[in-house]
Amino acid sequence: MPISTAEVEHVALLARLKLSPEEKAAYTEQLNAILEYMDKLNALDTRDVEPTAHVLPLRNVFRDDVSRPGLPREKALQGAPEVSEGQFKVPRVV
Amino acid sequence: MELYYLTAHELSDLLNRKEISSEEATAAIIDRIEAVDGRVQAYLTRTAEQALEEARAVDAARARGAALGPLAGVPMALKDNLCTEGVRTTCSSRMLADWVPPYDATVVRRLKEAGAVMLGKLNMDEFAMGSSTENSRFYPTRNPWDLERVPGGSSGGAVAAVAAGEAYYSLGSDTGGSIRQPASFCGVVGMKPTYGRVSRYGLVAFASSLDQIGPITRDVTDCALVLEAIAGHDPRDSTSADLPVPDYRSSLKPEVKGLKIGVPREYFGAGMEPEVAAIVRRAIAKLEELGAVCEETSLPHTEYALPAYYLVAPAEASSNLARYDGVSYGLRVPGKDIIEMYMNTRSEGFGPEVKRRIMLGTYALSSGYYDAYYLKALKVRTLIRRDFEAAFEKYDLLATPTSPTVAFRLGEKAGDPLAMYLSDLCTIPVNMAGLPALSLPCGFSQGLPVGLQLIGRPFAEATLLQAAYAFEQSTEYHRRRPELGVA
Repeated sequence: MPISTAEVEHVALLARLKLSPEEKAAYTEQLNAILEYMDKLNALDTRDVEPTAHVLPLRNVFRDDVSRPGLPREKALQGAPEVSEGQFKVPRVV
Repeated sequence: MELYYLTAHELSDLLNRKEISSEEATAAIIDRIEAVDGRVQAYLTRTAEQALEEARAVDAARARGAALGPLAGVPMALKDNLCTEGVRTTCSSRMLADWVPPYDATVVRRLKEAGAVMLGKLNMDEFAMGSSTENSRFYPTRNPWDLERVPGGSSGGAVAAVAAGEAYYSLGSDTGGSIRQPASFCGVVGMKPTYGRVSRYGLVAFASSLDQIGPITRDVTDCALVLEAIAGHDPRDSTSADLPVPDYRSSLKPEVKGLKIGVPREYFGAGMEPEVAAIVRRAIAKLEELGAVCEETSLPHTEYALPAYYLVAPAEASSNLARYDGVSYGLRVPGKDIIEMYMNTRSEGFGPEVKRRIMLGTYALSSGYYDAYYLKALKVRTLIRRDFEAAFEKYDLLATPTSPTVAFRLGEKAGDPLAMYLSDLCTIPVNMAGLPALSLPCGFSQGLPVGLQLIGRPFAEATLLQAAYAFEQSTEYHRRRPELGVA
């Protein structure tokens, strides 16, 4: 089995997901089935193959460094769960 | 034929001849939605009042003698992952159930400028992750050809609406087949343009190196019209290609003489329903009869595309969906501190398939597994691209089935993620290589539509449209309309 329940718990923490015991069991089983299927890829020798992260032959795309109007503050905040003094409000961090 | 079952260009002709107003056509479609959407469940949000207002504005412009394009006054609808200013955009997720975007996606702005009338927003698999539209957090959409079957996915609502006469066309998004596979299941034309052909600005991101927006229409002419309206460079999407947009409609000549078409044998392998394979082979024979030169070929790395995709796409998704943290928009579920707030929000906001893919992607990118899984998949992606590059040295187009099966029954694959993933076997390699492809109706198996997939060279959408048009003009499949019953 490529992935244990402990690893599923660790990955869930990294992804900021809280899983119920049932979800942990189900994901452990399903992720193992999926990852076993992925092992198919090891049949290919890719030592000298360059990776493709992106299909277009683009490097950086620059624009002139000129200031332009952005989204107005009230529009940027309109969907926020909690707002205070024109800013996003979050629970206490420190 | 009923007004609601005309194509967009047929309606456009009636509007231009002033035989009907846009307001009348829009009202007729709103009635149609009222009459059938209780069964089809394609719409999540309807904007009837706004649509009638937009229609009246186009009618007024026409009365003034304004120069109007072919889509002016034609009612359409959008997959619910395309941002619409002032109209909620949910991605079929609890995370965004009440979210109203502060801006329009570039494609939406372009259609508005073309005089489009928007009827509403369409159901999908949550965050476009799925192949059946059963992963919607609201309700599943049904296939208009058989209401007990799925419409495909993830653009299931966008395709079912067009098939059922609930919109003249729609826009979907395609990351691994999400336009083409449902188009095949519902008997309409669906195109995934070349990566970079259409701006992704305002498309809620799933896997950014694979996502592309495209048209869903009742025939190839409409596909050309809609593509032309939405394509082109956009400074707001740095991956949109700075290339001129051809006049796609003028490429619609029913002419394939001398066109070289490769038929990759790997796309007719295990898992293919024999009748689907036979229908697609007959469609290819038809292209040959029309003058194309068809020949069997091989794309040897095809079988590796699916496992590589299910590492690349979830990896990108796990990163893209990190933004849903309950801070700047969308759902927030409180917790005792900020970490618990994040965890509560994400656990309640996302459904099971989205969580599964975030887990898979996070694992593939995590320390110790990155080289074995993610980097390996990127290298395999190179091999898949090279297969296509070699094939396109010999052929102008490739022809394959769009899906190995016809539409399956609701619930049939819901409990088995891997079986569901296999449904996109024929469409995924195209996204991995960034190529343009379209699915068009090419026959029926037990009363259910079958799609022919044509794949082209980068930015050769015109060639795809030309071959598709030639096929369509010599067949009648695109004229059939569903009864909205149970097969």
